[in-house]
Amino acid sequence: MSDPVTALGGMTADSFADIAEQPPRGMVLLRGDLSSAPVQRAAAEVAGVTVPAPNRFEGEMPALCWMAPDELLLLCDYDEAAAKVAALAEALQGVHHLALDVSDARAVFRVTGLDAREALAKLTPADMSPAAVPPGTFRRTRMAQVPAAIRALDDTAFEILCFRSVAQYMADLLISAAIPGSEVGYWQT
Amino acid sequence: MLILRCPNCGIDADETELAPGGEAHLRRVGPEASDDAFEGYLFHRENPRGVHFERWRHAAGCGKWFHAARCTQTLEVFGTYSAQVTDPPQDIRDAITARRPGWRWRDIE
Ligand SMILES: [Zn+2]
Repeated sequence: MSDPVTALGGMTADSFADIAEQPPRGMVLLRGDLSSAPVQRAAAEVAGVTVPAPNRFEGEMPALCWMAPDELLLLCDYDEAAAKVAALAEALQGVHHLALDVSDARAVFRVTGLDAREALAKLTPADMSPAAVPPGTFRRTRMAQVPAAIRALDDTAFEILCFRSVAQYMADLLISAAIPGSEVGYWQT
Repeated sequence: MLILRCPNCGIDADETELAPGGEAHLRRVGPEASDDAFEGYLFHRENPRGVHFERWRHAAGCGKWFHAARCTQTLEVFGTYSAQVTDPPQDIRDAITARRPGWRWRDIE
């Protein structure tokens, strides 16, 4: 077996927000009727957390993230993903669904610091105010030219999920948005 | 700047988060249709100054399609609604009527 490697080898950067690519992350895509009891039960049981409301996530790790009205993203340890897929397939036998290990499809960055929110606000058209994106928010949006999801862990820590193919672009974006001296000071005094 | 509320996820999405899908409520004709009718289905589009119905996709968000009713002249948005309908629902028509009495779009009024 070869060892999993991330897109950027775990890059880090200290700007006015700290940026760090995260280690390989287990990700399982689950599509199905999220309003149906069997799908809800299976997702919660396999993930070990409750099913999130729209545009929210539940649990830091493992976690369930709301992607769309018919799609959840389960975050777990990298080497647990295959077992989670098998567990979902088992729990959802006979129920229309799709469960897929997509761990290698994406890159994850953690952006932390008192001004982290401001660095992200420079890159996305989404309202990043504390009221619009409180902790627990999972907001899919655009960051500059690429789609991304913003996971608000707390008011000073955010995770950015994007496709692996644009990981370098995302890292460059985050670094440039957080260049020291470019603080805006809108939310943080 | 155009902001549309995606009815699938409830987010007020900036235009740059969305992908335009062209005119709404097109109905495919055929297979026994006349050439003229088929040409109309393929190519003839409304280009109104005022009330218009469009398809949009929340491309950089939840990824789902929806419909929007808006004014091409003022960019006023009358409402957004499910993609899974073939005609604008009554509450959308009422919202347009409140702002544009006597409006008409194709054969809808
Ligand atoms: Zn949406």
